[in-house]
Amino acid sequence: MPKYDSWKEMPIAGVIDKPATAREYNTGTWRIMRPIVNKDACINCMQCWLYCPDMAIEGKVKEDGKTEMIGFDYNYCKGCGTCAKVCPVNAIEMKPETEFLK
Amino acid sequence: MPTKLAITGAAAVAHAMRQINPDVVAAYPITPQTPIVEYFAQFVADGAVDTVMVPVESEHSAMSAVVGSAAAGARTMTATAANGLALMFEIVYIAASMRLPIVMPIVNRALSGPINIHGDHSDAYAVRDAGWIQLFAENSQEAYDMTIIATKLAEREEVLTPAMINLDGFITSHGVEGVEILDDEAVKNFVGLWEPKYPLLDIDNPITHGPLDLFDYYFEHHRQQQEGLKNAYKALPEVFAEYEKISGRKYDFLDLYRMDDAEYVMVVLNSAASTAKYVVDELREKGIKAGLVKPWVFTPFPKKEILSALDGRKAVVVLDRAMSFGKEAPLYSLIKSALYEAKEKPMIGSYVYGLGGRDVTPSMLHIPFEEAIKGELDPNDERYLGLKE
Ligand code: SF4
Ligand code: SF4
Repeated sequence: MPKYDSWKEMPIAGVIDKPATAREYNTGTWRIMRPIVNKDACINCMQCWLYCPDMAIEGKVKEDGKTEMIGFDYNYCKGCGTCAKVCPVNAIEMKPETEFLK
Repeated sequence: MPTKLAITGAAAVAHAMRQINPDVVAAYPITPQTPIVEYFAQFVADGAVDTVMVPVESEHSAMSAVVGSAAAGARTMTATAANGLALMFEIVYIAASMRLPIVMPIVNRALSGPINIHGDHSDAYAVRDAGWIQLFAENSQEAYDMTIIATKLAEREEVLTPAMINLDGFITSHGVEGVEILDDEAVKNFVGLWEPKYPLLDIDNPITHGPLDLFDYYFEHHRQQQEGLKNAYKALPEVFAEYEKISGRKYDFLDLYRMDDAEYVMVVLNSAASTAKYVVDELREKGIKAGLVKPWVFTPFPKKEILSALDGRKAVVVLDRAMSFGKEAPLYSLIKSALYEAKEKPMIGSYVYGLGGRDVTPSMLHIPFEEAIKGELDPNDERYLGLKE
C-alpha cells in the first residue's frame, strides 16, 4: 500500500486501489543489520542478487555483457544476511544498524 | 397497497429478502433460523427473485461465501442463529473490517452448552464488538421492517458496514402474527440499486481486497470502522424517516413506551418488551408511573438517547437475556455506563431472565418494578427472574 499519514485519506478496509503498489512498501524499516559490500573484494558474480529474498541488491549488465553489483536499496533490504552468507568471497559484511545512527 | 399477511417472523423476513432481491444469498439452515432459508429457497425455486442461492456445508463457509460475493460487488445476504453465528465468528469480523454491507438476520438462540435450541441473546452479545450494525426487533413486523431498513443503512457510502437484524428464536421466528407487507415496488425503490465502491469484478479498475495490514495501517482501518458506525448513528434518523414515508411506521433508536412522566423504567430488548408493555399498562392502572425503553438500535449504541430517556427517573431496571460470566450483564453494563453522566442518577438494578427460552411471564416482570418501588435495588447485585433458586 502507498504511504498514508492519516486514517482519513486512506482507502477503507485496506483496499489497494492501484496495482503494483508493493514497490512503494518500505520493508527497510525492519532491518537491524545492514549489509555493506567491499567493492574491492567483490567479483560481481551476482550470487547476492540472485539470493536476496527482496529486490534490495542493485546490479546492472555492462556494455561488455558482464554483470556488475552496484550496492543495496535500503528501502527494501530487511537485513536478513542471506547475501553475506552466499557471497563466495565474503565481500559483504553485516553491521548493526546502531552504528549508522547519528 | 400494502398487504396484511398472517405469517411467521421467519416468513416475514424471507418476504423482505424477496423484495430486496439480493444478488447472492449463501446460507446454512440452523434452528431456529431454518425457515428463513427454506422460505427464501422456495422464492428462488419459484423464480420470484433473481438471487443466486448458494447452499453451503457450514456457516463458516456461508460467511466466507458472502464475503467473497459482497467483495465481488454483489448485494449479498445470509441468515443464521447461535452456534451457526459462532461458527461464522472468524469471518464475521472480517466482513466488517472489509466494509462489506452484508445484511444478516439473526434468529437469536442460546449459545450452548448444555445443548439448547431456544431463544436468548447470548449469540447477539457474543458478536457485539465485531463491528456490525445490530438492530433488534420485538415482533415479526419489526423484523420485516428492520431487514429493509438495514439494507439501506448498511450500503450508504459513509457507512459501508454489515448489519444484523435480531429477532427472538421461536417466539418471533415461528409465531404467526399479522404482518403488513409493503408493495414490491415500494421496497425496490426504497433500497435502490446497490453500487459497490470497490467491486472486484470491475476489471478496468483492478484492486486488491483483504491485504496484509500489520502494524502499518490496521489501527487506522479500525478507526475508519469506528467512523462507519458513527456515520450509521448519524444516518439512522434519516433512514428511519424515509422508511416512515413508505410504511407509515415510525422507528427510532429507542422505542419509548409510556415514558413521558415515567418514574420506574424497565429496559429490555426484543420480544419480552411486549410482555413488559403489558405489565407497564397494569402498573399504570394502579397509578404507578411505569415506563419502558426498548432499544431498536444496539450498535451503534444510542448512549445519548439512553441518557436523556433515563436521567432524572426514580429507578431503572435493566433486563438481559444472557449473562456475561464474571462481569455485569451486557445491556446492563452499557446502560450503567450511559448513566455515568446523568445529572440525577436513578437507582439501577440488573435482572437476567429467559435464558435458553425460559418463559417470561407478566408476574415475573412485575418483580423488578416491585423491588424498584420498594427501593430495594442494588446496582452491584445481579438478580434472576424465573430461576429455580
Ligand atoms: S541483507 Fe537480505 S534483504 Fe538485504 S540485501 Fe542482503 S539478502 Fe537482500
Ligand atoms: S555475491 Fe559477493 S562477490 Fe558476488 S556480486 Fe554479490 S557481493 Fe559481489
